[in-house]
Amino acid sequence: MSEYRIQGNTGEWEVVIGLEVHAQITSESKLFSGSSTGFGAEPNSHVSLVDAAMPGMLPVPNRECLRQAVRTGMAINAQINRWSRFDRKNYFYADLPQGYQISQLYHPIVGEGEIEVTLNEKDPDSPTKKIGIERIHVEQDAGKLMHDQHPTMSFVDLNRSGVALMEIVSRPDISSPQEAGAYLKKLRSILRYVGSCDGNMEQGSMRADVNVSVRKPGGELGTRTETKNVNSIRFMMQAIEYEAQRQVDLIESGGAVVQETRLFDPNKMETRSMRSKEDAHDYRYFPDPDLLPVELDDAFLEECRASLPELPDAKRARYEALGLTAYNAAVLTAEAETAFWFEDLLAEGVDAKQASNWLMSELFGALNKLGKTLDESPVNPKQAAELLGLVADGTISGSIAKQVFEIMLETKQGASAIVEEKGLKQTNDTGAIEAEIAKIMAANEDKVTEYRSGKDKLFGFFVGQTMKAMQGKANPQIINDLLKKALG
Amino acid sequence: MSVDKDTVNKIARLSRIAISDAEADKMVGELNGILAWVEQLGEVDVTGVEPMTAVISNKLRLRDDVVTDGDVRDKVLANAPAREGSFFGVPKVIE
Repeated sequence: MSEYRIQGNTGEWEVVIGLEVHAQITSESKLFSGSSTGFGAEPNSHVSLVDAAMPGMLPVPNRECLRQAVRTGMAINAQINRWSRFDRKNYFYADLPQGYQISQLYHPIVGEGEIEVTLNEKDPDSPTKKIGIERIHVEQDAGKLMHDQHPTMSFVDLNRSGVALMEIVSRPDISSPQEAGAYLKKLRSILRYVGSCDGNMEQGSMRADVNVSVRKPGGELGTRTETKNVNSIRFMMQAIEYEAQRQVDLIESGGAVVQETRLFDPNKMETRSMRSKEDAHDYRYFPDPDLLPVELDDAFLEECRASLPELPDAKRARYEALGLTAYNAAVLTAEAETAFWFEDLLAEGVDAKQASNWLMSELFGALNKLGKTLDESPVNPKQAAELLGLVADGTISGSIAKQVFEIMLETKQGASAIVEEKGLKQTNDTGAIEAEIAKIMAANEDKVTEYRSGKDKLFGFFVGQTMKAMQGKANPQIINDLLKKALG
Repeated sequence: MSVDKDTVNKIARLSRIAISDAEADKMVGELNGILAWVEQLGEVDVTGVEPMTAVISNKLRLRDDVVTDGDVRDKVLANAPAREGSFFGVPKVIE
């Protein structure tokens, strides 16, 4: 899709990238226990004896977490495995009270699928590429460690311990930082549409492990490194750029890339080797004897499929069929919230084009100024529909609508109430308009002459003056008609 | 299948169990005894038999997604070797 090459001293290099994305599954309770998954609670309050791995505790899987993983798999056209199994991944760390993470190595719940990405989702002509998905498996999150609270101790909070994650593993089909960014963006959008993950990277609901290697174009795969826990799209792209360049420099100066785990430092914009512990990757996986295999029946799969929403690509095509431009359809579908807002407007009876234009210019513009997201919009779709309805039925003009909208943002008043209170109703009173036109023509005789001798552009001037004289409240179509008649 | 002393030491290290040299020697013998005993299963012909996943034929039970547990901080922390406020305290681990 994008030709990305690193210029080395020995010629060009290409980059091979694969991503493992950890996405927190949206659920009320944890994967194997009934404790809450709520964010920001008192330390160790959302912890049961199961999550703390007390002896004798047994895990019982949360149906919803499996359901969300399956729905996600269906959304990327992946193979759904009716038979899967949980394995233990054994390692020792203070944030993992069990001494092992329950995960799925040998038999993941979701097999191969794919995601189509585009470098610029707002440009319908931008080239696309299919990125293969190798698998999605379900596993437990670990607890959280804090190192800066005490001189000799680390503090452990197990609130996250046992929260359900999906690990979504791509094939090494990604060949530039831009493609990696596009992939992560699209994946995030799909997860949010499906409702299986909130995609909130700041709160750690989504993070990526980035596998990078370099090779001569078309040559054999190089040794890869894995940069762990990158938590923003921008950081991920920077990490890839840095890491690929580092590998090229290393190889060209006679060194060799070591397969290792690295960390990205966003302050220094570099990746660093994590002090690699010998045996660190000796996880001694084996099937978890506490859990029977997961067997999904037809009814379960059917419900998963039936509950899938319309996905971004299908939505975009449908919006175009409604008469929206390809650009508008792409912008409105890039994020689930935007599409849902737009559809709420349609449900309130707003015309598709009017809704799309207003949302993209007026609402986005206002939110931008206020520094708010769509979710935080002071005006909801129902209130917006009321405003747009007043424009559609000719009660107010488009320019008055802008004023009314500003007042709505400030006062949270309804559009009709504002129009009533401020007397902003558009007038169709031709007599009043004609009177103003006559005054303006008298005051601008020179311009009238110029217009009549062919300077058509001046028409706009007269429209503006008339609208101003009418304080914006005249029906623009009537002004046009009357002006044409008066100016001859 | 059998284990040597290096393997025993490696398993002990991965499990964070401190064992002395003498204990490791003793463990090699004991573990190999256990392994040899289990190896007897190899005598059974299991051609065409599906691997068994559980000794009882049962279906995996799934839970509904509701909060039914947690909020037992004092119980959870009761056995902590060191408690610091609402946290477990552990020897400093930092990468």
